[in-house]
Amino acid sequence: MDLHFTSATATDEERSAIDATLDGEAGALQPPTTSERFRKRHLLLPVLHAVQSRVGWISPGAINYMGERLTVPPAEAYGVATFYALFSTEPQPPTVLHVCDDIACQTRGADALCKHLEAEFGKEGVSCANGAITWKRSPCLGLCEKAPAVLFQTSGEECQDYTLAPVNAEQLSSALRGKPSKEFRPIHGLPPQTVTPAMPLLKRVGSVDPLSYEAYCANGGYSALRRALEIGAVEVIRELSSARLMGRGGAAFPTGVKWKAVSEAPAKPHYVVCNADESEPGTFKDRVIMEQDPFALIEALTIAGYACGAEQGVIYIRGEYPEATSHLQNAILQARSAGLLGNNILESGLTFDIEVRRGAGAYICGEETALLNSLEGKRGEPRNKPPFPVHFGLFGKPTAINNVETLVNVLPILLEGGSQYAEIGSGNSTGTRLFCLSGNVERPGVYEIPYGATLRSLLELAGGVAGGRNLQAILLGGAAGVFVRPDELDIPLTLEGARAANATLGSGVVMVFDDTVDMRRILTRIAGFFRDESCGQCVPCRVGTVRQEEALYRLMEAKGEPQKELALLAELEQVMKDASICGLGHTASSAISSAIHRLGVFQGVKE
Amino acid sequence: MQSVLLAPPKPMLTLTIDGESVRVPEGFTILQALRKKGIETPTLCYLENLTPVNVCRVCVVEVVGSRVLVPSCSRKVEEGMVVLTNSERVQHSRKLVLELLASSVDMALVNEDTKRWMQEYGAEPEKFGEASAPSQEGERDARHSGHHHAPHSTTAETVAQPVKVDNDLYIRDYSKCILCYKCVEACGADAQNTFAIAVAGRGFDARISTEFAIPLTDSACVYCGNCIGVCPTNALMFKSEYDMRQAETWDETKQTVTETICPYCGVGCNLELHIQDNRIVKATSPLDRDITQGHLCIKGRFGWEFINNR
Ligand SMILES: Cc1cc2nc3c(=O)[nH]c(=O)nc-3n(C[C@H](O)[C@H](O)[C@H](O)COP(=O)(O)O)c2cc1C
Ligand code: SF4
Ligand code: SF4
Ligand code: SF4
Ligand code: FES
Ligand code: FES
Repeated sequence: MDLHFTSATATDEERSAIDATLDGEAGALQPPTTSERFRKRHLLLPVLHAVQSRVGWISPGAINYMGERLTVPPAEAYGVATFYALFSTEPQPPTVLHVCDDIACQTRGADALCKHLEAEFGKEGVSCANGAITWKRSPCLGLCEKAPAVLFQTSGEECQDYTLAPVNAEQLSSALRGKPSKEFRPIHGLPPQTVTPAMPLLKRVGSVDPLSYEAYCANGGYSALRRALEIGAVEVIRELSSARLMGRGGAAFPTGVKWKAVSEAPAKPHYVVCNADESEPGTFKDRVIMEQDPFALIEALTIAGYACGAEQGVIYIRGEYPEATSHLQNAILQARSAGLLGNNILESGLTFDIEVRRGAGAYICGEETALLNSLEGKRGEPRNKPPFPVHFGLFGKPTAINNVETLVNVLPILLEGGSQYAEIGSGNSTGTRLFCLSGNVERPGVYEIPYGATLRSLLELAGGVAGGRNLQAILLGGAAGVFVRPDELDIPLTLEGARAANATLGSGVVMVFDDTVDMRRILTRIAGFFRDESCGQCVPCRVGTVRQEEALYRLMEAKGEPQKELALLAELEQVMKDASICGLGHTASSAISSAIHRLGVFQGVKE
Repeated sequence: MQSVLLAPPKPMLTLTIDGESVRVPEGFTILQALRKKGIETPTLCYLENLTPVNVCRVCVVEVVGSRVLVPSCSRKVEEGMVVLTNSERVQHSRKLVLELLASSVDMALVNEDTKRWMQEYGAEPEKFGEASAPSQEGERDARHSGHHHAPHSTTAETVAQPVKVDNDLYIRDYSKCILCYKCVEACGADAQNTFAIAVAGRGFDARISTEFAIPLTDSACVYCGNCIGVCPTNALMFKSEYDMRQAETWDETKQTVTETICPYCGVGCNLELHIQDNRIVKATSPLDRDITQGHLCIKGRFGWEFINNR
């Protein structure tokens, strides 16, 4: 293909960052295409990451050089780079501090933290400390149980991004005044719940060394994969179906049905993909699993590959999870050297390997088809469905995409048997479920409870409202979920129970707000989140999320006529629900609408 | 050239549209079925000669059993489908899509059909408030994904910005851009294979752009003008037309269109020369011709300029 490039050339540093990525391990994925235009394009995101972390921004010269090496037109590479919040196409300081000002952090002092930074270091986005740093507000960093949270995005040779949570103003100041840290700081917070060996998902968390393959094996690791190889792929899928395992990523789709469709699809090759993008505000359960029990996910994805007839698996993890990423990479390396990834796994003839790919700051890339496009080196725009990924997935081939929590459930299902697993819970809500408690709750963190407990009992398990204050509302299911009132605590935490209450469990978010929180401010933050995270493809969501935010500001500032604004919000909700392409648009007004109608947030406004 | 059909005829499917049964060949989109039945359906991002991107959502219809509305331009007909084109939900979504667009984009020069749809669906874009002040030159091009300032609560944000005039052949007025992706498709794999422009940024800050928003003259653009040919809003416009509009001498009532064949090479593309006051003011090519499907090269599109310069 004949591509046109400007005269801008890459620096030696940029070249070496790009070359190192392309000549290194990153090439494990092999797209089944001979088209020059698409053969290497899937490496665009890894290459952009390499440049961003080496020199701190993506320059015209770098875009040209990666375009040449990957056969990507520079306009398209620029279009991809500018899609992601963690990439900059302008020079910026070597350290960028991303300060979460999203809703859970707001309940724990995020606004004060931002004010402090503004006073000490100047406005957001402006470089300070002699050009060494800048700070920016960020959507939820998936560290809500330790709110308020920050992410240090660093650049330079051997620099490593890291997170700090919880942080206070003094810690931040001294961290910022010091040298950028090369030191790696994993987060080893233990779940607040007493973890017992009887808990299928959390049992190793906090007690088994997440960096050790031996420790994993000594604690039941890889027995599920052995079992799978014993009973065969068809039987594995049958066990999932009798377990009635429903996806934990938000849409609650039956996993057995998904895997069966992929395993039987005639087109080859097949792929399995783990959705570890976890960017729904208030969600952090997948992070805890990946940080504390990474081998479990590797084992589960291997079983998925076996059952679905895939030789290649990908874990797409959000770019803001440096610690989890490094734990997964370590686990993959160890599994590979132990012969549990690669050729002829456990002498069974199974060939399977896993590559970790990092997102770069885009909530929408958690939507499964946007994720696929992102993996292919395109903008993370959702595809129109049908066709569905089970038929037309990664590189157009049959692909099973599952959430982290969904996958790790496969282990207990194979160990106990599907019908035994389904003894817990009822209906389609079987097994245990991870809930992410955050906000004004006494003991925030991940909780594993059997399906069927009530919201009240979960809240009590977490010690109730922090400081014994009064409950104002609970956000159930995430920013794409709904608010419920204090008198609705008897909702059973099952798919069916939530649905009957016109709510959703979504990704397991339970965010608590006490009566001191200004809910209007929470709502404008949610509206701002959707406005920022819309991919911009379709009109209802691209413009609708802007109009929704504007109307909320008018309501909050008591400008205009409240009744008119509320009517406008209702009209916007309808068109976004009905006519948007993907789930982001479909749910962009869900929490806001529930706050208005269920909590009556704007009831008091003067007419 | 038309090849002779040897494949067996496609099986026919039956669907119900607004209560009436319709038979169409397998592979038809709902839009094709609607057109066959003579039901007018608004479209903005759809064009016969481009791959459907289904992003504008103005063509949505209700398919019974589907939780959300579906874009008729890209959804294939299935046996037994029950389609409603006039339900309250369809009416609402089409109206809102038009309102949202018109509240954020300058739609003054859209085609007559679109203007009529705005009327028919009762679009009232003013209800979102007075338009905000236009952004400064380059400001929208520099927006960073994932970050925006709190809205100005009394006005409605728009994409208004200065016109990009960076070459002698055509201008780009992105205040008029509805982000239908057509120009990107025409510049890319659907026709030109030049890839000079792409969508950059995200959400409301998404925009059509060259790399780093460089001027077209530095970009890969070869001035085929195929992007102009597909743009539904006149955001992309011949410089000749733009200059005349600025000078207020543009007058379509005084224009005639002459069909001819491009004289430059052996391909024989159809040309439509638009003539005003005895001067060629722009060149287009009809979509429905086998040879070019509306696409041209720089010579056919702009090669007449020297005639005017006699
Ligand atoms: C805007 C949006 C964001 C999403 N983000 C995630 C995510 O971060 N993680 C996830 O597992 N699923 C996410 N999903 C759901 C996925 O599209 C998909 O349903 C899920 O990965 C399927 O896996 P499961 O069946 O195991 O739940 C998201 C959906 C939407 C619409
Ligand atoms: S609904 Fe929003 S996020 Fe989804 S495709 Fe449309 S614009 Fe993109
Ligand atoms: S004139 Fe042709 S090459 Fe230039 S941007 Fe338009 S379609 Fe692309
Ligand atoms: S410039 Fe025209 S063709 Fe291109 S996206 Fe905008 S409106 Fe569509
Ligand atoms: S980390 Fe701040 S809201 Fe989740
Ligand atoms: S015409 Fe169908 S979505 Fe635009």
